[in-house]
Amino acid sequence: MSVLVYAEHDNQNLKAETLKTVAAAQKMGGDITILVAGHNCQAVAEQAAKVNGVSKVLVADNAAYEHQLAENVSLLVTELANDYDHIVATALTTGKNFMPRVAALLDVAQISDIIDVESEDTFVRPIYAGNAIATVKSLDAKKVITVRTTGFDAVATDGNAEIVNIDIVKDAGTSSYVSEELTVSERPDLGAASVVISGGRGMQNGDNFKLLEGIADKLGAAIGASRAAVDAGFVPNDMQVGQTGKIVAPDLYIAVGISGAIQHLAGMKDSKVIVAINKDPEAPIFQVADYGIVADLFEALPELEAKL
Amino acid sequence: MKILVPIKRVIDYNVKVRVKPDNSNVDLANVKMAINPFCEIAVEEAIRLKEAGIASEVVAVSIGDKSCQEQLRTALALGADRAIQIETSETLDALNIAKLLQKIVEEEQPKLVILGKQSIDSDNNQTGQMLAALTNMPQGTFASEVKVDGDKVNVTREVDGGLQTITLSLPAIVTTDLRLNEPRYASLPNIMKAKRKPLVVKSAADFGLDLSPRSTLLKVTPPATRQAGIIVESIDELVEKLKNEAKVIS
Ligand SMILES: Cc1cc2nc3c(=O)[nH]c(=O)nc-3n(C[C@H](O)[C@H](O)[C@H](O)COP(=O)(O)OP(=O)(O)OC[C@H]3O[C@@H](n4cnc5c(N)ncnc54)[C@H](O)[C@@H]3O)c2cc1C
Repeated sequence: MSVLVYAEHDNQNLKAETLKTVAAAQKMGGDITILVAGHNCQAVAEQAAKVNGVSKVLVADNAAYEHQLAENVSLLVTELANDYDHIVATALTTGKNFMPRVAALLDVAQISDIIDVESEDTFVRPIYAGNAIATVKSLDAKKVITVRTTGFDAVATDGNAEIVNIDIVKDAGTSSYVSEELTVSERPDLGAASVVISGGRGMQNGDNFKLLEGIADKLGAAIGASRAAVDAGFVPNDMQVGQTGKIVAPDLYIAVGISGAIQHLAGMKDSKVIVAINKDPEAPIFQVADYGIVADLFEALPELEAKL
Repeated sequence: MKILVPIKRVIDYNVKVRVKPDNSNVDLANVKMAINPFCEIAVEEAIRLKEAGIASEVVAVSIGDKSCQEQLRTALALGADRAIQIETSETLDALNIAKLLQKIVEEEQPKLVILGKQSIDSDNNQTGQMLAALTNMPQGTFASEVKVDGDKVNVTREVDGGLQTITLSLPAIVTTDLRLNEPRYASLPNIMKAKRKPLVVKSAADFGLDLSPRSTLLKVTPPATRQAGIIVESIDELVEKLKNEAKVIS
């Protein structure tokens, strides 16, 4: 048995989520290899070599993989797939983008967003925005899987795997990168933060998100948002938490001016402790909150910041 | 330029699904069904491209039993020109759906295929990418902007860190994210007109594909429920609870 884990990275840093994906891979059983596909990404390879439980790091360092375009990366992974029983990636936007291509090229199904591994061929995954949990047995010889990291605890990083450079260059030539508009933030990543404070439509505008910043600073929190807040242009898309945004499960999640629609809950209801601040006592968010406070957020937030 | 828009009939997004008592699946009996919201955005985008004079024809396709004709009629009412139903009573996994769609792509030769990025029932996020691989087309997934430019299309994608723009050569596949557009409502006259637009039914079995399932659903259970919490009366009480009871802040 052997597992190929695709490393999430930006050519400089290995994303912390990969450590959780490796934890999922360990539950599948067998020898684990990490693939780092990128350009000028040796630093990532070195970080990947330290991930516990990994025996080998394959590095495909080529301009064709610089932006990890799905067309190119899927061809690379498909070629490498021969040697592995499980092909595993993190269910973040890169993995979600290219993995189904790999599955189709291998003529196997993909099992998306698993939150648990029951055995080498049986996996647990949420469906219907997390309102039902399915246990699925794969009938394919090769398993193509994406991992929802909230289901797994990160492995440690005191390993010492062998790094092997591979020179397989796949360039489909049908797509190219134009530009990127990335949000720069000093705060922790939404997916990695142990505290998340999110604002919804109740925040009224983007400026008012400053009310969350002071609290986030004190708690070392990441800031998230509901879809309504993103759609209204208060904050950028990468802050959206929910069924179709980011899935988070921090120790503490504070929902401010968020009603608690099914689709929002899908992204945060596995948080350890949930706090809701909402002026409507009937808001469904209170049904999942451990601590609710019925209050006007414009009064509650400054007071909370002052008292932390 | 022809645009193909595959759409799916799913549970209405306002409905909270229930699991059957025998844990065999979710219970969809007498549940309100609708066009998957991301598919609706795909239809809207195709129609806008037609209104802008870029597309010449919009073809909607759905795979399922007769009931999915309802969603095809919705797409026609929104402005699609004609529809294809691929009849099957089976619930097919994404790979088999993509294989059937590949056959339709071969028949129809669209320049652009626009799909929803995921359906809100199975939450797989696979079909567009699989179809792209099978038809050897490039893909622009999770699109928040689509600009056709000659024989290329520029797609701005919602990615973890923000937005990424890529260029694809046509024919290409696009999957929609929420902010691509806001779908219109179908007007009553258009709903009436849609009843007369062509809707062709083909049988999935006639394509000569092996559509056998690739996985078995062993069980479906409700998610863990959260213990009911408490309403605190003041910020002081909240801070005290978070410190001393939940111990999540210090
Ligand atoms: C296909 C699909 C996918 C979706 N995916 C997502 C997703 O990933 N994430 C997501 O979040 N949503 C998603 N949605 C949208 C979701 O259905 C809701 O529309 C959205 O979550 C609502 O956001 P909200 O709670 O901020 O806004 P609202 O529902 O409008 O709630 C605003 C809340 O703020 C409170 N409020 C207002 N003013 C104050 C004040 N001064 N003080 C205190 N409280 C105040 C109100 O009482 C209300 O409860 C999706 C929808 C669809 C159809």
